[in-house]
Amino acid sequence: MSNNYLEIIRPGINTTFQDKGRDHLYHIGIPFSGAMDNRNYLLANKLVNNNLDSAVIEFAYQGPHIKYSGEKINFAVTGDVIFSIKKKDTEMEGKCYESYQIENGDEINIISTNKSVYGYLALGGEFDLKFQWNSCSINTKANIGSNDGKKIDVGQRINLKKINSNKDIKKTNYINTKIENIRVIKGTNFDYFSEEGKKIFYEKEFTVSKLSDRMGMRLEGSKIDNIVNTNIKSEGLIKGVIQVPADGNPIIMLSDHGTIGGYPKIGVVASVDYDRLVQMSPGSKIKFKEINLSDAETLFKLYEMETQNLLSQI
Amino acid sequence: MIKNISNLGDAALYCDFGNEVNKSINSQVIKYFKTIKEKKFEGINNLTPSYNKLIISYDLKKTNFKEVKNYVENINAQDSKDIYSKKLEIPVCCHENFSMDIKRLEEILKLSREKILENFLNKEYFCYMTGFIAGMPFLGDLDENMRAQRLETPRVKVPKGSVAVTEQFANIYTFESPGGWNILGNTPLDVFDSSKEDKPNLINPGDRVVFKEITLDQYKNYNE
Repeated sequence: MSNNYLEIIRPGINTTFQDKGRDHLYHIGIPFSGAMDNRNYLLANKLVNNNLDSAVIEFAYQGPHIKYSGEKINFAVTGDVIFSIKKKDTEMEGKCYESYQIENGDEINIISTNKSVYGYLALGGEFDLKFQWNSCSINTKANIGSNDGKKIDVGQRINLKKINSNKDIKKTNYINTKIENIRVIKGTNFDYFSEEGKKIFYEKEFTVSKLSDRMGMRLEGSKIDNIVNTNIKSEGLIKGVIQVPADGNPIIMLSDHGTIGGYPKIGVVASVDYDRLVQMSPGSKIKFKEINLSDAETLFKLYEMETQNLLSQI
Repeated sequence: MIKNISNLGDAALYCDFGNEVNKSINSQVIKYFKTIKEKKFEGINNLTPSYNKLIISYDLKKTNFKEVKNYVENINAQDSKDIYSKKLEIPVCCHENFSMDIKRLEEILKLSREKILENFLNKEYFCYMTGFIAGMPFLGDLDENMRAQRLETPRVKVPKGSVAVTEQFANIYTFESPGGWNILGNTPLDVFDSSKEDKPNLINPGDRVVFKEITLDQYKNYNE
């Protein structure tokens, strides 16, 4: 039994272990999973001197309150998150994108994400987790991954099998930018929708519904009218696909999505905007903007370069 | 053959084999799927075969639409081995504890319970694809007089093992999940087992499946 571990005093709403996710499994019905906001996931690992593909704790809205036992270790929180660190008799407010050192008996209390959805807690070391298909990402719908594929629960003990010897404190200045428009590429069934429906899709605002989770984001707004067929023969999906079922309200596929679907696809979110899309909380307004494939590819390259720059500055 | 290749977003290829659902088109899809899977092209990270489409997802950090399209266009899928196809018998218990939608089907299809089961059981179905939820097989084709629409309001929870039908297809719910298909019975077999990483799915595209009826007692004792 490891002497370095976390105890979960309060688990939070949707707290899971996530890493880079698992590939080559769509054909048997298993989605990628993995950290929803990839950039913040990578930054969290870099801030505590981890390998970039290490597992972190992902939380949504309210995060976990944990107590640490063991030898000194670093941790960092990324995202737009309000949290505090309790050491003996003092409690201080924590700052995102800075690493802190904690020791036996210290507590981290992640109160909530701020006008966003997901945040990340990385510890400088390696959690003792079960891997399935080279990933410990938890998929709670299929019960796949570490922790028997279930959310992290109250009273649980999480062991660390390794603590990094490099305990340098690191920090970076990063601000999560909000974007006005989510850029989309025309979907394969774009012509299933009426002229009016297409206009609504690009010109009207949609509201993120409360019925959104790691599988999908449901939107509400003006109905998008279908003039061909509200069903297609079921076929593969990828993350970012925007399906419009018979009720006319779009649903965006997110990282834990079903691998096959039978609703027409009006568009697909450009990869460059995925990290920012998943951070839009219920009630947020979304407007879509059309983009062509080659611009989407170029913009993603720039976004990726920016991510690499941010990482190299830490 | 692939009739058309287009892009699905900026990180996937959409290969269209036609609009019909039949074995011959689906076998083409599976052939391409197997050939590409074996070749392990750098950057391709997922392949999703379905009735008549193949979606090829790739890592935009490693490759792009043009490269993957060019690669797929020059593949000779005919070289691949014949599609793997094993025949499986799936035990199913159609006791009223499990056959939740049989009354609904009796009304829609205007057939008796006995006739519905006779039409459904002991016939060979072809596995077109697996997915939606992990390991769920999409099997076909049901007899013409067996085709019913989905429930108007899908169930929030369909029990694990449920064997269900809609339109010309049958499927098996590999674990508890939401769903709107008409439930005829339940199988005690584990159709998806995540602890078997190299072979989690009992049924794979190209396989043939026959449902054999078992009694409630046989069902209860099945895993003992």
